[in-house]
Amino acid sequence: MAEIALRRPPSPGAGSYWRPLPPCARYALRVNLVDAAAAAGSALPVATAACRASVQGDWAALWLGPDEQLLIGPEPAGAAFADAVASALQGVSHSVVDVSHRQGAIEITGPHAAALVNAGCPLDLDLAATPAGFCSRTVFAKAEIVLWRRGNEHFHLEIWRSFMPYLAAFLSEVERELPGQGGSRGA
Amino acid sequence: MLLIPCPYCGVRPELEFSYGGQAHIARPQTSASAEEWAAFQYERVNTRGPHAERWRHTHGCGRFFNVVRDTTTDQILRSYRSGER
Amino acid sequence: MSGPWRSASGGSSIDRSRPVRFEFDGRPYQGFAGDTLASALLANGVHLVGRSFKYHRPRGIMAAGPEDPNALVTVRRDAARYTPNLNAAQVELYEGLMAESQNRWPSLHFDVGRINDYLSRFLPSGFYYKTFMWPRKAWHGFYEPRIRAAAGLGRAPSEPDPDTYGQRFAHCEVLVIGAGPAGLTEALAAARTGVRVIVCDEQAPPPRTSPADSAGEWHDIRAQLAVMPNVTVLARTTAFGYMPHNMVALTERLTDHLSAPLKHVPRERLWQVRAREVVLATGAIERPLVFPGNDLPGVMLAGAARTYLGRYGVLPGARVAILTANDEAYRAAVELRAAGVEVVALADLRPQVMGRLPEAARQAGMTIRTGTTTVGTRGDQHVTALGLCAIGADGTVSGAVDWIGCDTVLMSGGFTPSVHLFSQSRGKLTWDASLQVFVPGAAAENCRCVGACAGEMGADSGGSWLGALPRPEGPATGKSFVDWQNDVTAADLDLAVREGFRSIEHIKRYTTTGMATDQGKTSNLNALAIAAQRLRRAIPEVGLTTFRMPYLPVGFGGLAGYARGELFAPVRKTPMYDWAAERGAVFEPVSLWQRARYFPQPGEDMHQAVARECCNVRRACGMFDASTLGKIEVVGPDAVEFMNRMYVNNWSTLAVGRCRYGILLRDDGFVYDDGVVARTAADRFHVTTTTGGAPRVLAMMEDYLQTEWPDLKVWLTSTTEQWAVIAVQGPKARAVIELLVEDVDLANAALPHMSVARGRVCGVPALVFRVSFTGELGYEINVPADYGADVWRAVWQAGQAHGICAYGTEAMHVLRAEKGYVIVGQDTDGTVTADDAGLSWAVGKSKPDFLGLASLRRAALVDPNRKQLVGLLTSDPNVVLEEGSQITATASLRPPMKVIGHVTSSYYSAVLGRSIALALVSAGRSRMGQTLYVPTRTGESSVTVTNPVSYDPKGERLNG
Repeated sequence: MAEIALRRPPSPGAGSYWRPLPPCARYALRVNLVDAAAAAGSALPVATAACRASVQGDWAALWLGPDEQLLIGPEPAGAAFADAVASALQGVSHSVVDVSHRQGAIEITGPHAAALVNAGCPLDLDLAATPAGFCSRTVFAKAEIVLWRRGNEHFHLEIWRSFMPYLAAFLSEVERELPGQGGSRGA
Repeated sequence: MLLIPCPYCGVRPELEFSYGGQAHIARPQTSASAEEWAAFQYERVNTRGPHAERWRHTHGCGRFFNVVRDTTTDQILRSYRSGER
Repeated sequence: MSGPWRSASGGSSIDRSRPVRFEFDGRPYQGFAGDTLASALLANGVHLVGRSFKYHRPRGIMAAGPEDPNALVTVRRDAARYTPNLNAAQVELYEGLMAESQNRWPSLHFDVGRINDYLSRFLPSGFYYKTFMWPRKAWHGFYEPRIRAAAGLGRAPSEPDPDTYGQRFAHCEVLVIGAGPAGLTEALAAARTGVRVIVCDEQAPPPRTSPADSAGEWHDIRAQLAVMPNVTVLARTTAFGYMPHNMVALTERLTDHLSAPLKHVPRERLWQVRAREVVLATGAIERPLVFPGNDLPGVMLAGAARTYLGRYGVLPGARVAILTANDEAYRAAVELRAAGVEVVALADLRPQVMGRLPEAARQAGMTIRTGTTTVGTRGDQHVTALGLCAIGADGTVSGAVDWIGCDTVLMSGGFTPSVHLFSQSRGKLTWDASLQVFVPGAAAENCRCVGACAGEMGADSGGSWLGALPRPEGPATGKSFVDWQNDVTAADLDLAVREGFRSIEHIKRYTTTGMATDQGKTSNLNALAIAAQRLRRAIPEVGLTTFRMPYLPVGFGGLAGYARGELFAPVRKTPMYDWAAERGAVFEPVSLWQRARYFPQPGEDMHQAVARECCNVRRACGMFDASTLGKIEVVGPDAVEFMNRMYVNNWSTLAVGRCRYGILLRDDGFVYDDGVVARTAADRFHVTTTTGGAPRVLAMMEDYLQTEWPDLKVWLTSTTEQWAVIAVQGPKARAVIELLVEDVDLANAALPHMSVARGRVCGVPALVFRVSFTGELGYEINVPADYGADVWRAVWQAGQAHGICAYGTEAMHVLRAEKGYVIVGQDTDGTVTADDAGLSWAVGKSKPDFLGLASLRRAALVDPNRKQLVGLLTSDPNVVLEEGSQITATASLRPPMKVIGHVTSSYYSAVLGRSIALALVSAGRSRMGQTLYVPTRTGESSVTVTNPVSYDPKGERLNG
């Protein structure tokens, strides 16, 4: 019998203001939110407001579209959680697909977090436009990301696995310009 | 670069969207004539002025929706969900 | 020490305690900190700074800002940091700066190209179009290379650019462009309301310590703005493009003014600013006068002379003659005289001059010659005299010419509002009859113009002149330039009208006026006025040419930003990439992916490696990284119906646990994509796509689902990157994997060809497919991607006992071609139907609808003469045809040849010991056994048409 395979996510290094997050469980939930609310009520851990994340305990539900949520939580409990979602939605047309390995996450924190994100992302990161709790699929330079603002100076970026090194290299390049990194000033 | 009002996510930069061509062109029934099929596939207007067109919020909520854009000014007059008019 | 042409004191921008050394054309000079290259050259008495584009005429510094058309120089730090076509009035001086003049050979003072000036009557506008027509053949061999060598300004650097360039997206409520008085006032007002304000200005920030002069109050506003947290002030930042919906592109120059580039600081930063409101405070540009010899070094705009004196303490000359039609020039007269410069003549084109400023000049004891024009200048490489002449009451010029000896001529034809950005925003310009200029009219964006760019010129700046100056009858004594940069004269514009051009857009193209970096800054209105006069129409009727982006040249580095080297585009790698790289794999790009192409062993070239890999797969087994294939999870109660409508196949008959080769057409009937589709549950499909097709297939599915069939209850999720896919192919495949696989019965009966099962591999959840793209017994192990590297290694280990090899995309291509399997995008090209590709067996002909069904009935798509996929065998088995080669039915190399098809795939098959090829040939399936011909580089090859399947035609090897 062969050895048990281990989980080896991309290891893109880390910077002063950004770091990759450890592996976790992720599910793509496709369901019409109106149908889901009617069937399961508030028992279902989903985000109902557009472009907002909902955090319940260990699990976060990110609203990505009117029929699409990204569920993120700790890996060991993943399968049980997916089952719970599926049973809560019994009778409602939906799909739950395991995408734990499809993507990884990078966290950007600190006073220059918004400047770092805005080097590649065209969204307005003023707190009035994108307050803490905001989430959306968007772009970062030539890659697609999911941007989740967890705090005023705290961003969580989800990115498909093979784009992770690109994002990391990009952030490293931008970070060199920031104060404290030898750069003249921030932006 | 346009600012496009997604009916689901609000106003977003064009970088998040892909263009989907002229709106309100329904796919004919299989039994439709060759001419109807040819029109469906190949015939498009080239409007000067307000033009109903499809956009998809590809790098956003993923939804197709419709926009009325003035092709002479690029100003967007309104946007609405697929199936609406 | 800082140059002989400095005033005794003054110069608000310079620091006289800090001398700065620099070089121009190899000669050392000295200026002061705060100088521009232009001001420092003038301080050293250097006026000749360049040669004009077409006639190579000597040119000097005419202006003090971005509108200067002449002083384009190259600034060189080293072979790589070598920037041509910089405007000397915008180059900030730094210690050790090295600048070179351009467009001259062998030297600036003796330029052979000047011959063009003396031959100019043979080089009128449009001479390219007229002269180089004959003989026709001479164009490519003779004319074009010589014209190209003579054309263009400046040289490109010879080394890659070592600098870095940054980018930012920014948002604000108010973007103020221009930090002059009008802009600063607007910025402060907006900032006090608490909203986000960005202020940009193309110039260096003025020094804080400069003496309290008329600009003092503006320093105060700058200081206030600098400490407001809601305000971003960007100096050395040019707004060069105004895009729809209030997106403005700015380029910020961060290091060009420094002696050495700073590590970690980008040279430039591109700002893409989205503003709720844009305030344009871009000012106005002084207009030159159009008279013979107006381009000699020493002829300068009056306002420029004021700027050089006031900001840099530079004297333009010792004996200044001034010709104006605008009151502002009198400020220059008064200030220069106060600085000790002799004003030898003060002439005004207007018959009467009454303003406050002319009055001040008169009170200072100067005499104003009103109603005066010029017949031209004298001088070779510098102006030595200005010929003044009175304008008669009837407007004619006939009196005696008074030649005034001078070393400087200052001119002013009034001020043209800088409406470039407003016009780029599609705002409408309107003609202001009293100011005789175009001013901003109705805005197209949320944008306001303030200050001089809105035509608010100030009470003391009355008077203007448009077009050529009046002069005596008879031939002119020299060229009267309208566009200095493109060497366009008043006579060129006359010629264009005489030759029948009526539209100002055509006149612009014929004469090249207002092109290149000038973009009409100094030339526009004079050109328009001359054209209008010749066309006998009013200026607003003639209209205006389009102001195009960029307002000023922007370097390619700044536009590229971070997108160079490894950041040019994402390079996608599979979980097994590192293993392959360690084994010395050669990779090839497939869309954004890097895929292992082959795994050469020591001493092997590609053909040897591929031959070995192919034989190894057919003899024992091989493993292949198929992770890049697109994967889409199709889920829902209507999943079968959806698949039936999307793909040509009949999915209703596919049992759970079984796979089928799916073909996707567009509605026009042509093949769009293909791939193996597995039914993993009653309501669930695992769909695979081509590597490059993954995003577009998902987008097409979403499109039909959302807009054509919203009633279908189906959900789509991309799982391309969720799964690592390890193909194990060959007669030993089962033996290799059976010890790694749990919970799956791999026996032929339990898991036959084209089936799928869930289980575990190496202890992790897996989908095990029994599929083959080689024609051999084959499996594809799908495991969650982060496990891919370990599972791959485990298969490799397990395969050692069975002689496994890793094979790449090249061997994969050969193996599938031996079996006649098509690759969408290689054997198809967007004009190939399923039947053309020999795939009509897959079409569910009884289905009521699927994409492309209606089109497949079109006569053109069922024409028996359509190109059909066939195999080709060359008569010489060692000849490998070139992919893309044309195919003819007759053995004749003499054109015209009737082409009946082309080669789509061609390889040497080591297993078969000969070359093989696939081709699309007209009515190909009816030509089996025929001999056709393929023209090659060295002659032609005769080929025999065969079945596309050249290996194991009965498919017996699929069962091991």
